Amino acid sequence: MANTAVANLDPRLTPAELAQRHGLKVANDRPPLREYTRQVWAYRHFITAYSRAKVTSSLSNTRLGQLWQVLTPITNAAVYYLIFGVILSQGRGIDNFIAYLCTGVFVFIFTQTAVANGTSAINANLGLIRALHFPRAALPITVTLVQLQQLLMSMVVLAAIVLLTGEPITLRWLLLAPILFLQTIFNIGLTMVMARFGSKVTDLKQIMPFVLRTWLYASGVLYPVSLLRDHLPDWAATLMEANPALIYIELARYALLESNRDNLVAAPMQLWGTALAWTLVVGIGGFVYFWRGEKEYGRG
Amino acid sequence: MDVAEQTQAPTDPSTVDSQRVPTVIADDVHVIYRIHKGAAANTGATAALKRIVSRTSTPNIREVHAIKGVSFTAYQGEAIGLIGSNGSGKSSLLRTIAGLLPPARGAVYTLGQPSLLGVNAALLNDLSGERNVALGCLAMGMSPERVKRITPEIIEFSGINERGDFASLPMRTYSSGMGARLRFAIAAAKEHDVLLIDEALATGDRKFRVRSEQRVRELRANAGTVFLVSHSLSSIRDTCERTIWLEGGVLKMDGPTDEVCRAYEGR
Repeated sequence: MANTAVANLDPRLTPAELAQRHGLKVANDRPPLREYTRQVWAYRHFITAYSRAKVTSSLSNTRLGQLWQVLTPITNAAVYYLIFGVILSQGRGIDNFIAYLCTGVFVFIFTQTAVANGTSAINANLGLIRALHFPRAALPITVTLVQLQQLLMSMVVLAAIVLLTGEPITLRWLLLAPILFLQTIFNIGLTMVMARFGSKVTDLKQIMPFVLRTWLYASGVLYPVSLLRDHLPDWAATLMEANPALIYIELARYALLESNRDNLVAAPMQLWGTALAWTLVVGIGGFVYFWRGEKEYGRG
Repeated sequence: MDVAEQTQAPTDPSTVDSQRVPTVIADDVHVIYRIHKGAAANTGATAALKRIVSRTSTPNIREVHAIKGVSFTAYQGEAIGLIGSNGSGKSSLLRTIAGLLPPARGAVYTLGQPSLLGVNAALLNDLSGERNVALGCLAMGMSPERVKRITPEIIEFSGINERGDFASLPMRTYSSGMGARLRFAIAAAKEHDVLLIDEALATGDRKFRVRSEQRVRELRANAGTVFLVSHSLSSIRDTCERTIWLEGGVLKMDGPTDEVCRAYEGR
């Protein structure tokens, strides 16, 4: 039965040699990094269209529809305020605790949700991966962009909360743009790492909620950051203060909250330096790590 | 090996070879699906725990060997039918040729980028047909301007607007036939070097079938090679001169359509 197949080949050449002579390429070969980057860029229209489509379709079954993009952050802020601001009254030492809390919550949720959804970015899209050809990096990027859109809505809500609690509008608000840009690149990188890892280890999806909740408590979102130094040994506090989520949150607080100027975990310049370092390392590292696995995505 | 081959080439009088340009070469392709046993029925939490504690060697993953060493060469201008019973590995083989499903062993070499025209290409069911068309075209690498230009044509070809304005309704409201027609219309909007068609012609009503067969012929004229998976032998006889018969993941027969179909029917 196999002889009919072999009869089609030139018996003097192995399939690989025949392929090489006529310039055939291995079907699912991984392109070089530079070429891959170019492909991802060429698919930018697909990436933006797909993330917009995801946002629309995720809320299309609700009655209030896109309004939830605004209602979700408001509800979130209200719940956290009720528990940590009113019941536990953690706010001692912070002048404007509600704005402090909301800034932390919204900025953290951006990274948290992107990472949580990124873990299943490959496995949730197997149908698409097995049907169409496109650089798979488009999928984790889409996950982050969907969350970015949610974040921008949250920022509108946050601006209202910050103003209502008596903070002045300053020029420093403009710094929010570069801060969120850095965080977006960081998130894309981290999402790519999680996407590749999650495509291999499917149980990861069950563990991630606990990991992310631990990260939340370690990021100075729900209580004043100064508590870290008060309650931990020095080396642990230093380690905690290098936490990228904390860095981005503190930068956002620096930009928005005039009342919190003296409570920052480090000097602004140092925060910028650390943020930039995290962005570059995780952004580039994550992309390269994801690219190296390009051949494996979609394997059964 | 390289050098030896090149020095040999000029003296090699294989005229047949130089005339027939191979477009797809499958070299001992194996495809293995891995299924986590956690999804199986009789493994409750206690059973899983017991397995971990007692360290029994029961593998947690079950392997399904879908394709077991298939080799063939397809040439430019050929239309090749793929037949075989359900679960014989036809669709898996197509996906592997398209580079969408990595083979576990062996390799597939292709000229250019093969495209899979599947009826199960995943689109977003919550979005309107129109947006799905745009999304599908972008995913095939078209520019936004071209997508804008081509969208009405695709909707027109799919014929989903024959019973009112369905293009602006979410795809989950479509009948399965309508959805399949739209997916086919999207995939057929682009010209391909190697075209892989998975049961696409079997979908839709008679009118659409005639239209899609016409479209496939057009695509074939421009494409290097066409692969067609179908359970309908008549549609294979109409379009393909060569046929590959897969059975249980093994290549059972490969030859002229008439011969293979007769053997297949007489099995």
